[in-house]
Amino acid sequence: MSVAVRVIPCLDVHEGRVVKGVNFVDLRDAGDPVELGSVYGHEGADELTFLDVSASVEGRRTTLDVVRRTAETVLIPLTVGGGVGSVGDVDGLLRAGADKVSINTAAMRRPEVITEITQRFGNQVLVLSVDARRSAATPSGFEVTTHGGRQSAGVDAVEWAARAAELGVGEILLNSIDADGTTDGFDLEMIRAVRAVVDVPLIASGGAGRAEDFPPAVAAGADAVLAATVFHFGTVRISEVKQAIRDAGYPVRLGAA
Amino acid sequence: MSTPTAGRADGRKRVVVLDYGSGNLRSAERAVAHAGADVVVTADPEQALAADGLVVPGVGAFAACMAGLTDVGGPGLIARRVAEGRPTLAICVGHQVLFDAGIEHGVRAPGCAVWPGLVEQLAVQRLPHMGWNTVEPPAGSGLFAGIEDERFYFVHSYGVRMLAETPGRTVTWAEHEGDRFVAAVEEGPLWSTQFHPEKSGEAGTALLRNWVATL
Repeated sequence: MSVAVRVIPCLDVHEGRVVKGVNFVDLRDAGDPVELGSVYGHEGADELTFLDVSASVEGRRTTLDVVRRTAETVLIPLTVGGGVGSVGDVDGLLRAGADKVSINTAAMRRPEVITEITQRFGNQVLVLSVDARRSAATPSGFEVTTHGGRQSAGVDAVEWAARAAELGVGEILLNSIDADGTTDGFDLEMIRAVRAVVDVPLIASGGAGRAEDFPPAVAAGADAVLAATVFHFGTVRISEVKQAIRDAGYPVRLGAA
Repeated sequence: MSTPTAGRADGRKRVVVLDYGSGNLRSAERAVAHAGADVVVTADPEQALAADGLVVPGVGAFAACMAGLTDVGGPGLIARRVAEGRPTLAICVGHQVLFDAGIEHGVRAPGCAVWPGLVEQLAVQRLPHMGWNTVEPPAGSGLFAGIEDERFYFVHSYGVRMLAETPGRTVTWAEHEGDRFVAAVEEGPLWSTQFHPEKSGEAGTALLRNWVATL
């Protein structure tokens, strides 16, 4: 009897369309996040995450509409991130139907925004997203990056996760920039290092290539696992990931949504 | 077309989702509609009293939720519906505020006091308790009929850890890292869940259908 390990597909949404390739079962329109979200729901996804990579105001408005339409059709929790920097941004996304919102760079620039958001909406709505990579320049050996992992933020990733948890984020999404796209498996040391300093739920991301890659992330301390490309290309099915996690002795939810 | 009248729109039950500024209203609205009822989101007390079913959602802090509920006359509404035997379903913090009081950060805030008990932080390491967990409905639960073994979506750090099971009161428990807390209560026309049926996929829809069937 315990809470199930969550398996979360992540969709990069740009101006209302899914970017990064999607190569998937009978979709009428592979670029429609609403349709893809619904498919993942039926495949047993425990949550959905949308990452809004739109730069323009118009693109963000379109994303709000996508969130609205997704929330109409998908009866599982929806997290939306990308460009979130204020209480107003969070309010807009929650009103559109998001259940949680993830915050990244803006929280580093102005950590008080974490408290502002959680005091208004509760800790459970805010996910801190950390894009981290290995580095010899920080005490933990991991540093926070910005600009899609291309630049160092000059901040220790483990210290930052611990501080954000203290400030009140309800969850941490830890994405390994080194592992991302390699399909060589998660950065287990990084997961362990962050797990050791935070008590809030930890979502591991980056590096998954096969179903067998997921259980070690759970063993390292992840409460949830997130992936994009391997799900979009059908390389790994959500049900296969759940089976692998279950075979390793961890609880999963087997029902569809 | 000679189709039977059963299942037509005019035979559907009318549910009000109480709008008192506590987010999550649209989710509750479409989930209850998905379960087969006609849904209106409003704070209008007349509609809330007259509806076949009332849903009281709730997200955020106990005290803030109670304050919002009080602003729209929620506690009186719930009490009247209970007295008149009219079904009401409370969700998450909506469930929590039905108890005597909540304690957050050492501060005690009064609740609706329909049920005895305190809402307090779970004594576990991993908080919030977030995700899909199992529940332990007792035999005879109407809410969980046919879905006793399903998982439901929880997001909370606080809960009620003591509630007497009296005749007429069905209590469903859940557990997180060894701490047991009330996952659902069914007493007369008043039912409540600590988890979010509106976010619990097909299992949540089945649960809401069980409730709508009582209206």
